[in-house]
Amino acid sequence: MLGIVALSLIALCIFGAGLMAVRSGNLVHSVLWLAVALASTSAMYLVVGATFLSAVQIILYTGGVITLMLFGVMLTDRNETTKIGNPSGRRALGAITALAMFGLIVAAVSQTDFLGGGGTLVDTQALGRALLTDHLLAFEALSMLLLAAMLAAIVVARRRDP
Amino acid sequence: MIPVNGEVLQLLLILGAGLFALGLYGVLTRKNTIGLLIGLELMANAVNLNLVAFGRYHGGTDGQVFTLFTIALTVAEVAVGLALVILLHRSRRSTDLDAAADLHG
Repeated sequence: MLGIVALSLIALCIFGAGLMAVRSGNLVHSVLWLAVALASTSAMYLVVGATFLSAVQIILYTGGVITLMLFGVMLTDRNETTKIGNPSGRRALGAITALAMFGLIVAAVSQTDFLGGGGTLVDTQALGRALLTDHLLAFEALSMLLLAAMLAAIVVARRRDP
Repeated sequence: MIPVNGEVLQLLLILGAGLFALGLYGVLTRKNTIGLLIGLELMANAVNLNLVAFGRYHGGTDGQVFTLFTIALTVAEVAVGLALVILLHRSRRSTDLDAAADLHG
């Protein structure tokens, strides 16, 4: 019972922060609300027992992505950049589409009878063993992809001296 | 830590659906490129949440391994995306999405 209450509170946190992130008129505030949403998601992972993912979420998202985004905002900062909003013409259409998507998924989830269940807790040791045996090729390919992405980011954003 | 039974799974999936819809709203309504990236992040986060919920429901490591991969992929996407934003700002003096409409028919 206590677990469900904690889960609902964290879910409320994530949803509220996400709403502020897409509605806020200030880009820096928007990025910081995104940080709150991602950190709350990390707490959610902790509650359902994915401890390693919780740490990865904090390190990579809240530490990496948010910092990158703040750098992006500051590097491109002009008055019209920081003050943004949702243009009224697109707001109604966007809200209708998002609500339709939400209704579709909720209808599908509520009608489905999920099979299986009763999964046991996965500890970090088992996760590490799976990563370095069954998924080794994908793991190494991922490290190459990350290296390529970082190099590409440097090459694309480099200032070319005339 | 709480056990993930059908009831908890449904709660997590509905939260994921709400987060995905929020991200979709952000992607569809924002005029600023970084605002759009924020919407994309929210959508990716919703997908991760679903993967973790299903992985925990069924047991086994696959759900968490996949989530690890999608998190790393999202980080790569944001790094390249922000480099492109900086490039756009340098050539157009603006990060407005409508500034890059050269190929608009």
